[in-house]
This record gives sequence, structure tokens and C-alpha cells, in this order.
Amino acid sequence: MMAKEISKSNYLQIDPWENLRSLSKARIALGNSGGSLPTREVLSFQEDHAFTKDAIYSDLKEKELLKHLQDFKLPVYQFQTKVSDRKEYLKRPDLGKKLAETSESENGDFDILFILTDGLAADAINERAIPLLKEILPKLNDYKIGLCLVKFGRVAIGDEIAEKLNAKFTAVFIGERPGLSSPKSMGIYTTYEPRSETTDERRNCISNIHENGMSIEKAADLLQYFIKESFRRKISGVKLKASLPNQIDRK
Amino acid sequence: MAYKFTLRGKTYSFKDLKTVLAKATPERSGDALAGIAAEDNKERIAAQYCLSEIPLKAFLDDLLIPYEKDEVTRLIIDDHDTEAFKPISSLTVAEFRDYLLSYEVDGKTLKGLAPGLIPEMVAAVSKIMRNQDLISIASKIEVVTKFRNTIGLKGHFSVRLQPNNPSDDPKGIAASIIDGLMYGCGDAVIGINPATDNPQEVSKLLKQLDDFRQQYEIPTQNCILSHLTTTFEIIDKAPVDLIFQSIGGTEKTNSSFGIDLKLLQEAYEAGKELGRGTIGNQMMYFETGQGSSLSADAHHGVDQQTLEARAYAVARKFDPFLVNTVVGFIGPEYLYDGKQIIRAALEDHFCGKLLGLPMGCDVCYTNHAEADQDDMDSLLTLLGVAGCNYIMGVPGADDIMLNYQSTSFHDAMYLRKVLNKRPAPEFEEWLLKMGIFDDQGNRKELKEQMLKLK
Repeated sequence: MMAKEISKSNYLQIDPWENLRSLSKARIALGNSGGSLPTREVLSFQEDHAFTKDAIYSDLKEKELLKHLQDFKLPVYQFQTKVSDRKEYLKRPDLGKKLAETSESENGDFDILFILTDGLAADAINERAIPLLKEILPKLNDYKIGLCLVKFGRVAIGDEIAEKLNAKFTAVFIGERPGLSSPKSMGIYTTYEPRSETTDERRNCISNIHENGMSIEKAADLLQYFIKESFRRKISGVKLKASLPNQIDRK
Repeated sequence: MAYKFTLRGKTYSFKDLKTVLAKATPERSGDALAGIAAEDNKERIAAQYCLSEIPLKAFLDDLLIPYEKDEVTRLIIDDHDTEAFKPISSLTVAEFRDYLLSYEVDGKTLKGLAPGLIPEMVAAVSKIMRNQDLISIASKIEVVTKFRNTIGLKGHFSVRLQPNNPSDDPKGIAASIIDGLMYGCGDAVIGINPATDNPQEVSKLLKQLDDFRQQYEIPTQNCILSHLTTTFEIIDKAPVDLIFQSIGGTEKTNSSFGIDLKLLQEAYEAGKELGRGTIGNQMMYFETGQGSSLSADAHHGVDQQTLEARAYAVARKFDPFLVNTVVGFIGPEYLYDGKQIIRAALEDHFCGKLLGLPMGCDVCYTNHAEADQDDMDSLLTLLGVAGCNYIMGVPGADDIMLNYQSTSFHDAMYLRKVLNKRPAPEFEEWLLKMGIFDDQGNRKELKEQMLKLK
């Protein structure tokens, strides 16, 4: 007996709400075969994973960033952590929170330090940190400000830097862990009166600053709000709620 | 008190109980990072032998973190039910493992035993178990919870629909919810991690979810996973179903999360008063994960798995509807690869269930861990066999807000199919009524006109 040729439409279910895809970057309306993913979706996911895995190993463009930081005509500092390479960075977060022994101190008596560090996606900092500084710095004329660049840093590196330079407030710009659809996302962590023993509940966070998430302008507005409120109420963290209206981008 | 064990002529000594536990723990990067892991495989097996000979009673006397210093220790000791503990009070850790595996010990026995167990005993016995033991014993236990539907019944398997969106965009969120419901997900909860934790935004999202639920009469519950203090602030004004909080196994970890037991108690009491559940009123939702204490520098030299089990003592105080170990979210410095993530998830599920909790698991990994979808498929299947109450359902397994990979709606379809499991009964009835599933649990061919959710 001759086998009958199977037509694709017999077994692959299409999701008739495909029009909803325009509303979100989420992987919706993928269709299915027997409840499982269609082949094209399996391969497309693995493609994104391959690119993201490789993106984690991107490097901070130190020379270029330093040059841009100097253009702001503010004091600029460069620091090193105790981490020596990317693999060690991934396995030893404790070393990414500590400055190398050779780091110098200086009583800068700063109000605010903006600290740029690669985190888990150097390209997020390479691409978004300077535009954000350009947006926010002109709005902060009443504060004494310093700028820092540190390779292989974690969020808490800001605390030790603040102690070294004597600063009241830090905003750490850091590459967030890459997602499949957002391999270059930046986060900002703000801390009022940062000290070595500071824990995370004392920080405010602005996350998902990337092309499909929060815009540079909105992130700058929110950052300005945290700065203003932290100095006014002398706190940061969970006790300081963001109550800025329309702080989030709408599509 | 010091502990010793002699193996092939060499005597290994461990300076205290927490050192025995840490060195007996199957290998993981977090304990190495903390500097408390076994030096090599020989020391690990020596510690496991040593641990196996320790009487369960010892964990009640030789406290890992002093009673005076830590309110989680005080909770564990003060709430311990000596009557429930009696039947096993003379057993060693090794004997306890054999007892748990025996034919005589069934789900009912284990349920009665739970109040007599403390996290340290449960963690200890898990360290001398293989993965199959963790699965075998957990699968005996049924922990059922109720709010607007029934979660955790044997033969059923539920999913948290997780429609996260990087800018909390209502339309984007709605699109993901519709997608998930069409694949039979969302019976455990429709739960969003908000991009920004602010009371107005959280209230708006809650209102959106509640309107949607009521419009389509979906027998489920909603949650915005904001910080407890944010939820507390809006609890009188917004439609709060479940109250969420991340918790840890030491006072200092919880303090790093901005909470303590008193605050949890207050939230629990406020939630009870709301009475929004229809068939039950369990409304706390906790998330945990190995490594959180070390991450907050709050581990007291105790291994991450034992501390995770201690977080379950915090959870069970408040009779939760859902508990979720977010196993691979924390990253490779705590659980390095697929093997370590799989082991940790099975330990957490086992420990939570033995302590009487409605355990679910976020089967997940981050891109900087050495893991991929194949590892998640393995873990998902193992947890299904172990009787895990629920997993996450994220569109295409890719969370575009939290930047990590979890399980997808398709993964849930797969698991229910191969293990012949059904959604929560009330939710399954709704799926049939809406024409989404057929009575075999297969998804129907959905023509445009059948799409009632529009």
C-alpha cells in the first residue's frame, strides 16, 4: 500500500492571535505541534541564546568611555577591582565588590558620584551610559559631581569608591544580566550615604534601560527624582518609593 | 561541639555541626565561594558518613545560628512540635533516610510528621540522598492549598502565568496573558514582577488583572510581586489577592530584603482580613532561592542549602498558598551549571514538601550559567515526577523583563501530556467551557471565531 503524503497544515497548529505580537517583544503566538514548539521556534530560540552567550564576554571600551567622561569637564577617576578576568568575575562576585589594593583615595567631598561599570553586559555601558549622563548632568548644577569608570565591578563597588573619594550619594551604572531579547540592558543603582556595610534594601534601582524597555529620557527623569528625594529626605532604598507620575514609558 | 569520622585510616574532624553539613553538601559553587565547601571528594564523603551517624535530636540542641542572635532560629525552636517529633526522636540521619523511603511511610504519615521536623534535620537527610531519593519521597507528599481554586492535588499540575513586561505596558501584558491562557496556563496564579516597585503602578496593574479575571470569570488569583511594604501600602485601595515576598533563612537575610517576621505577621493578618478567596483563604506567596544569604553576607558560615531550608520555616509560619524556589536565577557563582541547578531544585522541592509546603519551582537559568534548554527539560521532567505543585509559564521561556530563561507554556503542555496530569480542577473546567482544551487535555484548534478572549 502506498503511504499518503502528509500536508503540513494537518499537524501544525497556528495561533490565530498572531496580531497580538505587535504589542510585545514576548515570544507569543508561536503555534505548536502536539502542544510542543514548532521547529522554527526551537531553532530561533537557540540562535538568540548563542548570541547572548557570546555577548556576556563583550569588553568595556575604557579608552573611548574615559575620553567621553573627560568631555564633561568634571573630575574623572578610574579604578580597578580585584578581578583579573571575565571567568573569575562570573565565579567570584566578592572580588568584583572590592577595589584593587593599589587604589588611591582622595577627599573629593562630592555630593554625587556617577560610577560606570561593565557588570554582565559591557556593551550596555558602552552604548547607554554616556547618553544618559548627557541627559542628566545639565539638570544637576547645584551638586558637586565626580565621574568614575571601573572594570569588572559589581553594584557594591560604588560603596568603597564613595568612601575613597568621600561622597554622599552614588549612582552606579551597570550592565544587567543579558536576556535573549535584550542583551544590552543597563541598570542604575542609587545609594544615599553609601558605606562598605551597605546592603541592597538601602538602594533604589532603575532597571531595563534598553531599546525596548525604559528610554534614556525617562531613566534620567527617574534618576533625577531619586537624587532630589534622597537629598531631601536623607534616605535611599525601600523606604523611598518612586511616586513620580508617568515615570514609565508606554508604547 | 566537634565531630569526627575515620575513613580508610584517615581521621577527618569538623569543628562544629554547620561544618559537617557544609562539607557533606554535594558540590556547588556557592559553598566554595563562601569558603565552607569540602576540600575534595574524600572529605565530602567523610563528612557525609559523619553526618549520617548524627542523631536527629542533635539539631535541636546544637544550633547552627545562636538562638539569641537570630529570630529565624527562635521561630524554628519555639514552634517545634515535640509530640510530632516523638516517633523519629531516636533516629540518626541515616536511619531517617531509610525510614522516609520505607513502604510503611506514606503521605499521611509524613504530613503528621512535618510539624516535628526542623529545616536542619530535613536539609541534613537530603545531603545523603541521591536525586531519586529526593524524588521518591517528595512524590509521596500531597500539599493542597486553596484560594479561588485548588492547587497541589495528585494528578494535577499547575502553572503561574508570568506575563512580565520591561515597561509594565498593559497591552503587552494582556497579550502574554491571552497567549498563556490559550495554552492552559495561569491556574496557580497570574503573577507579574513589576518593572518598577511603586504603589500607583502596582495598583494599576492589579486593577487590570482583576478586571480581566472578572470579565472572563477565570477561577484563579492574581499577584503583583512587589515588595511587601508596597503591597501593604495599597492593600485597602487595590484588589490584592495574594501577598508576595522574597524571604531567606536568617534574620539578616530578611533584613537585607527589608522585612522581618513582625512585618510578615502584620501583612499576613491584613491579608486574612481581605477574605478575597472563594474556596479558601491561603493568600501568602513566597519566593526563595539557594544563595540569597551569602549574597547578602548573612550566611553565618552555614551552607546555602541548609539556609534555604530555614527559609521554609519562615514560609510555613504563614500558611502560604504558593512557595517557589527560584533555583537558577541567582547565577553561576551559587549554582554553576545544569547539574548543580537540577540537584538544588530537587533538594528544595523535597525539603519544602517534607516541611509541609506547597512547593513550586522556577525551573530556570541565566545566560551566564553553564546551562541550556536541555537541562531545563530534564529538571522539569524530574520535578513533574516528584509531584511539584507548579512551575512558571513564560512566553517562549524567555522573560523579557527579568532577563532569564524559565519554562514556557509549551513546556507545561509537554509535562501534562507525558505525565498525564491536569490543571487545577476548577481551572480545567473553565478551559473546557471556553473551548480551549478538549477533554483529553489537548489544545483545540482555535479558529478566529472561537477566540472568546478578545
